[in-house]
Amino acid sequence: MLVLVLGALVILGAIYAQPAPLEETVVVLPSPDGHTGTVIVQRGSERHVLNQPFAASRLAGGQAGMAQLSDAEVRQSFGVALQALPARPATFLLYFVTATDELTDESKGELKKILAALKQRPVPDIMVVGHTDTVGDLEANDLLSAQRAERMKGFLVEIGIPGRQIRTAGRGERELLVPTADNIDEPRNRRVEINVR
Amino acid sequence: MRWTLLVCLFCFAAGVWAGDVGQIKAATGAVFLERQGQRLPATVGMPVQESDTLVTGADGSAGVTFSDNSLLSVGPGSVLAIERYAFDSTTHNGHFDASLKKGTLAVVSGKMVKQSPDAMRVRTPSSIMGVRGTEFVVKVSEPGS
Repeated sequence: MLVLVLGALVILGAIYAQPAPLEETVVVLPSPDGHTGTVIVQRGSERHVLNQPFAASRLAGGQAGMAQLSDAEVRQSFGVALQALPARPATFLLYFVTATDELTDESKGELKKILAALKQRPVPDIMVVGHTDTVGDLEANDLLSAQRAERMKGFLVEIGIPGRQIRTAGRGERELLVPTADNIDEPRNRRVEINVR
Repeated sequence: MRWTLLVCLFCFAAGVWAGDVGQIKAATGAVFLERQGQRLPATVGMPVQESDTLVTGADGSAGVTFSDNSLLSVGPGSVLAIERYAFDSTTHNGHFDASLKKGTLAVVSGKMVKQSPDAMRVRTPSSIMGVRGTEFVVKVSEPGS
């Protein structure tokens, strides 16, 4: 008898010692471009497919279910985390005068905007890739593309971005934005790509 | 040609990401990285490595950018483990397993998910989330909180 009572106490103790199950919420959000992707929530054998803006999967009191939240409800629960989200990686293009590392007049104006945008980012990690059109031979274009990238790096260092955070590469005429035959003067191929994250 | 090679070598040598999988871009309040049993105060600019756990205090929040352009951020009272991470910047193949033990998490998926939809998984104590190129938030909390 005593053994039975003790046994029952041990079992009861084990039940009460179980911590209450945690609550969980998953909400899919629309991207800034308006597109909403899909999150598949698998909980044991249960599966929730979230593919509408602010569609949610919730677990509370051991019960799981789907729900539709509002933008305001998401801001309320996740505002601080969303606020801490880093700036989205971005790519900028600048164009050059034929056979030089001089920017076109239009791109000079653009450069000012890009530099201002880069200055806003804490510890920007930058990759600058230079390109040429197909005029001239491969080796000369490799060199020119590297010079274009280095010239842009110079502007970035000038506004205070540490050089060690900026990598450069020259791709010559190997990665044309607009595919052309050899020896074609194509302004859109004479460019640098500035990737920042 | 020799020049190109030199330029390329220089690029690799200067790689900000060598050995690191991400970087802290935002940190407010108490934020730590647990790495190999040590608890390091996390500051903006600090690299994040595979197997790191990001921990925030009651007043803390932090944001991390990963090498495939995935973005993750956590709110107060959070514990987020970066369990597995690999990314090949040439093929865009990789895998990313993260686990939110508690707190709040915001995710913007990156290049590896575009390449292969099963590349990224986020776990909570009772769920596994598959990510098909998207943004989402996750909360794990005590009942009634």
